[in-house]
Amino acid sequence: MSLPSIYDILDFAAVKWLFVVLALVMPLASLLTWAERRQSAMMQDRLGPNRANIGPIKLKGILHFVADALKMIFKEDFIPANVHRGLFALAPILALAPVLIAFAIIPFGPTIYPHALTQTLDPYLLATNPGAPQFADSIRLQMFAIDFGLIFYFAILTLANYGGTIAGWASYNKWALLGGLRSSSQMMSYEVAMGLALMGAFLVTGSLEPGWIVTHGASDILSASNPLNWLWLWQPVGFVLFFTAAIAETKRAPFDIPEGEPEIIGYFVEYSGIRWGMFFLAEFIEIVFISSVIATVFFGGWQVPFLDPDGFRFGGYIDQISHTSVGGWFRPLPHWLVASLQFMAFGAKVILLCMFQLLIRWTLPRFRADQLMNLGWKLLLPLSLANIMVTALVKLIYYFLTAGS
Amino acid sequence: MSAAHDDHGHGDHAGHGGSAGPVVLSVSDRHPRVRTIQVVRPGMADATFLSATAKGLGITLKHFARNLFLPLRKAALRSKAGAPDVVGRGNEIETVQYPEEKVTYPERFRGLHRLMLRDDGNVRCVACMCCPTVCPAHCITIIPEESDNHGIEKRPAVFEIDELRCVVCGLCVEACPCDAIRMDTGDHAKPVEDRANAIETKDSMMARGIRSIAKQGGEGPDWRAPGHASPSHDDGHR
Repeated sequence: MSLPSIYDILDFAAVKWLFVVLALVMPLASLLTWAERRQSAMMQDRLGPNRANIGPIKLKGILHFVADALKMIFKEDFIPANVHRGLFALAPILALAPVLIAFAIIPFGPTIYPHALTQTLDPYLLATNPGAPQFADSIRLQMFAIDFGLIFYFAILTLANYGGTIAGWASYNKWALLGGLRSSSQMMSYEVAMGLALMGAFLVTGSLEPGWIVTHGASDILSASNPLNWLWLWQPVGFVLFFTAAIAETKRAPFDIPEGEPEIIGYFVEYSGIRWGMFFLAEFIEIVFISSVIATVFFGGWQVPFLDPDGFRFGGYIDQISHTSVGGWFRPLPHWLVASLQFMAFGAKVILLCMFQLLIRWTLPRFRADQLMNLGWKLLLPLSLANIMVTALVKLIYYFLTAGS
Repeated sequence: MSAAHDDHGHGDHAGHGGSAGPVVLSVSDRHPRVRTIQVVRPGMADATFLSATAKGLGITLKHFARNLFLPLRKAALRSKAGAPDVVGRGNEIETVQYPEEKVTYPERFRGLHRLMLRDDGNVRCVACMCCPTVCPAHCITIIPEESDNHGIEKRPAVFEIDELRCVVCGLCVEACPCDAIRMDTGDHAKPVEDRANAIETKDSMMARGIRSIAKQGGEGPDWRAPGHASPSHDDGHR
């Protein structure tokens, strides 16, 4: 038995998870706490927090998230009398952990072949002869490429329900309990619509595996890097429905009746210090996660427009005999540059979608509870069912048309 | 009965109630006020919130983009929320970053007190006790003493104002017969860490003072004499 090489270690799921959570998700979510206040301020013609500094280092107030974290960590961890101590301590973890686990299915970059970093990758050779020496080691920038990837996400994120509900139950506070009930009813209602909204995407791509959706796109006629081949064009209704339901899942305005921090008392009213901070962080990590899912499923994930694995290509194709690009405009790029461009493209898409969610959160007023349920059950659910039907019908017609010819 | 049939014709433009009030479908023959009206229910466009959402997002995005990419306006142009915008290429942020930037107060803003000076640099106050008498907050303390000036009998040995008790009503300025106390520094009471530091003394208020152009003690016995003109010098009058 030989020792694992450095590439094997890097390809290990736990290592990738640590990288994603500690290097990407946590910093982004923490920065979002600052970005939200700053962006909302600028939307309202204010300046927002721009003061926190370490000596002369000010960075437009970006260090506010450090100050916030320090404050929450060193605040008194107050536990009221009569709370159920075990559940009270468990609830923030239940809110935070599922979101972090769910990141396992997100492909945050292409598969990296360490021995071919300086070469231009040959996608055709990779498809036909994966045993070639330059493909000997590979690091897949996705923790679990499982066939039921998005189902796994729904299953795991359902656990986040329990965070809010148990927090409300354990707090020994009527208002917190009501908030927890609102939380569970809202999340259960919208989970149905959210799952069904993605079904159309499954029908189009034929896969539940996010990595597969990214690398193949909606159809095999176009390259997966062509923006027209991303699912936003093929599933516009599904995209809007999923986005709406996903925002409801994050429990943020306009769907923030479970929390409603300033007016209606939410389920974490009895929490303080870092326990409350965990709920807060979970909310922002959910924003990042929802953005990642939407970027992956609907906006081509880590694909850069028109950037194939071997370089930029407009039109044209790879000749299967000579392994050269034929027709169109083609600019070959080394593998390391392609991979880093694609990695950054994923980050950019996620950040833009996060900002869009902040924009929505600070634009729309809160729904009333009955409007919330009406929207979920009477509008999103039938529309997502209709979306599935229409998608299936179009796919069936297309299948019969192409089979006949 | 006839009224009901008369109103029936209006039913064809139902749903567009608008400002004309509800569309009346029929009127009861028992009482003219009992009517059946067309109920206006939100259409699909309103029920889905889509168009309103898009419109709102457009507005906030416009503000965000303007404020993100355009430069900040000058501090003087900000802090005037509601005032007509000065045409320029600045953004719309209204925040004034206080310790570094200050808004200019209005001309007649009542602020920190000061004690005015005579031409020879002495305090104009004659310790007449009008201002502590009129002060509703009892924040002015004056201890008079005899003056060595023969024309003016008294002067304040101690003149203190507790700015924490002052309600900035300006009555002391109104009451003063000889323009000795003013509140026109255009500044406000400084924040202090100790209450004792909020007490303005005679020296600190005189340090802010300027010479007044008002003539004190009348024009003198020879005010009718030819060639006697009222003083026209104006040193530092705001």
